[in-house]
Amino acid sequence: MSHSLFYLLSFITLFFALLVVFAKNPIHSALYMVMTFFAITCQYLILNAQFLAIVNFIVYMGAIMVLILFSIMFLNLNQDTEPQKSSLLKFAGVISAGLLMLTLVGAIVKTGGGDVPFELVNSNIGLVKNLGKVLFNEFLLPFEIASVLLLSAMVGAVLLAKKDIN
Amino acid sequence: MGTVTQTIQAVPINHYILLASLLFTIGVMGVLVRRNAIVIFMSIELMLNAVNILLAAFSAYRGDASGQVFVFFIMAVAAAEVAVGLAIIVMIYRNTRSIDINILNKLKG
Repeated sequence: MSHSLFYLLSFITLFFALLVVFAKNPIHSALYMVMTFFAITCQYLILNAQFLAIVNFIVYMGAIMVLILFSIMFLNLNQDTEPQKSSLLKFAGVISAGLLMLTLVGAIVKTGGGDVPFELVNSNIGLVKNLGKVLFNEFLLPFEIASVLLLSAMVGAVLLAKKDIN
Repeated sequence: MGTVTQTIQAVPINHYILLASLLFTIGVMGVLVRRNAIVIFMSIELMLNAVNILLAAFSAYRGDASGQVFVFFIMAVAAAEVAVGLAIIVMIYRNTRSIDINILNKLKG
C-alpha cells in the first residue's frame, strides 16, 4: 500500500463535492453527497481513526443523508421545481469562492513547514477503547450536555414540523 | 495495522490542510451559488466535514485524542442541526409551497 491511496481518496472527495454543488437535480446532489461521505469515511480509516470512521458511516451516511433524502422526496423536489440563480450571480459566487480558495491555499503554501511526512506518535488513539477512556474522563460533562442537546433538538423538530390543528 | 500507519506516514500534514481548505471552499461555493434551501444545507455539511477531516488529521499528527473527541461532538451537533433545520424547511414549504430562499427576503426589516 502506498500513499497514493490518500491522493485517490482526496480526488474522489473533491470530485463528488463539486458534483453536489453543480448537480441540477437535488436527488442527485444528495446521492453524490453519500459518495463524498463514503470517501471521507475511508480518509478516517487511513488515519487509523476507526471510531470516527464508524460514527461517520452511521451518523452521516446513515442518519443525516436518509433524513435529507426523505425530505427531498417528501417535498417532491426535482429538476423542474429547482430554483435557479441568474448566471451573473452564479458567476459572482464562483469567483468569490475561487478568491477564498486562492487566499487559503496561498497562505498555506507560503507558511510552509508542514512538509515533513507524518510521524505517528501514538497510532492507537483512534481506537474505541482509548477514545472511550478520554471521552468518559476529560469530556464527561460535554458528553452529557450533548445528550440534552439531542433531546431538545428532537423535541424542537417535532414541534416545528407538527401541523397546526387550530 | 502496520500497513495503515505506513500509508499516512508518507503524506505531509500540509496536504491534509490543503484537502480540508479545498473542501471548505467547495462548501462556500455551494452556499453562494444555489438557491435550493436543502442543497445549501448539504453545502454546510460539506464545510463541517472539512473541519472534521482537519481535526482528525491534526489529532493523528500530534498523537492527542482530544481532536477526535471534538470531531465526535461536531457530529452530534450537526445531527441536531440537520433535524431542526429540515423541520424548519418543511414548515416553510408548507406555508409558501416553495423552498426557494429568495422567498424569505420578506424577513428583512
